[in-house]
Amino acid sequence: MPIKISKETADEQIRQKVKEISGEDFQKCYQCGTCSGSCPMADQITVLPRRVMALLQLGRKEALEEANTHWVCASCHMCVVRCPRGIDIAKVMESLRQLTLRKNEDIINPSEISKEDTAKLPQVAMVSGFRKLTS
Amino acid sequence: MKISYYPGCTLKTKAKNLESSALACLDALGVEYEELPRWNCCGAVYSLSDDDLIHLIAPVRDLIRVQEQGFDTVLTLCSMCYNTLARANELMKNDEVKRGTINDFMDEEPDYKGEIKVVHFLDFIRDEIGWDKLKANVKNPLNGMKLAPYYGCTLLRPGDVSIDKSNSPVVFEECMEALGAEIVKFPKAIECCGSYQVLGNPEAALKVSNDIITEATAFGAEAMALTCPLCDYNLGHRQEEMLKKYEGTKALPMFYFTQLMAVALGVDPENYNLDLNQAVSQEFLKGKNLLEKVST
Repeated sequence: MPIKISKETADEQIRQKVKEISGEDFQKCYQCGTCSGSCPMADQITVLPRRVMALLQLGRKEALEEANTHWVCASCHMCVVRCPRGIDIAKVMESLRQLTLRKNEDIINPSEISKEDTAKLPQVAMVSGFRKLTS
Repeated sequence: MKISYYPGCTLKTKAKNLESSALACLDALGVEYEELPRWNCCGAVYSLSDDDLIHLIAPVRDLIRVQEQGFDTVLTLCSMCYNTLARANELMKNDEVKRGTINDFMDEEPDYKGEIKVVHFLDFIRDEIGWDKLKANVKNPLNGMKLAPYYGCTLLRPGDVSIDKSNSPVVFEECMEALGAEIVKFPKAIECCGSYQVLGNPEAALKVSNDIITEATAFGAEAMALTCPLCDYNLGHRQEEMLKKYEGTKALPMFYFTQLMAVALGVDPENYNLDLNQAVSQEFLKGKNLLEKVST
């Protein structure tokens, strides 16, 4: 689907914030798609990582906020070790999560996890899940 | 050589079978170790935000404890702990500015500069024991076991803390081969099991775990070796859900690699803690007559 780009559609703030939190320069991405081809969650995400990088370059804030990509990302780092431009895409995904989490918004509610699940889940699942998905 | 041992939270309870089997193997191989006194949770994941240093305090504090203990190497078993401690260590070694901030913040602790070596059980055995010595200690070879070693993510990525080549590792296969197993290599051995998404997107995690199991089975595996308690939960303990949801998925026995090593080295079966594995895994070992051999 074609998208219109102009100064008005580009949100400079999200571009700056992501650069600041991640320390990564997403401008370096040349859209080869290796990240999308390596992503184990590719068929579960609404926007592939290659496109997330393009949306960032264009400052498409709304499209980035609507994407579930960074919430389904498991930080497996497959895209990171394969990116020919050396971009730490996992850090970019983390910064997109942080933009929401730092507003005190939680993605999962620990108190809603059933007693049955807490009895079964290993501690490492709980600690990592809370670190990634709660504020 | 004596080393420090960092267990981490899960190994004291739900993954006791990983700890007890690994420590029994170290004993059998003559490795001297001492559990890290006053260890704390490493945080499970390394912070990926450049401006977040507070989450580094926990792993760095553990590394300071190792230094106090008087050792230069700390051994980990859980892949997540390995990754978190190793990455925190790399940062303390290489980033002067952040190192200064963290050391200043922990002003009651001695300064830390990344001098400790963080190793995982697998690279420790490879580098300090060697496959030949491991092989020489095998009393009960895993002959005829078609085994798929599964690395997961955090032992291999990112590259600066990888225990082998990130995209084409061999350390796990070589280790299990030394124990007599027939190795089944499969492409998804280095892919993600869904990790903490078991909390956020349990269905997405189930799908990727199911893909891993079905691929390993298609490549001829009759069992899988694991290194991580979170992988064990996603790939092992959630198999019942997979069998219900996905047609064609077959139950695949799962073991921590240290349990299989303990079997091969012929250590006392009470150290396997097999009751924490799935029933299908227990049956599989019985079927291979590996348990009987040890007890005689």
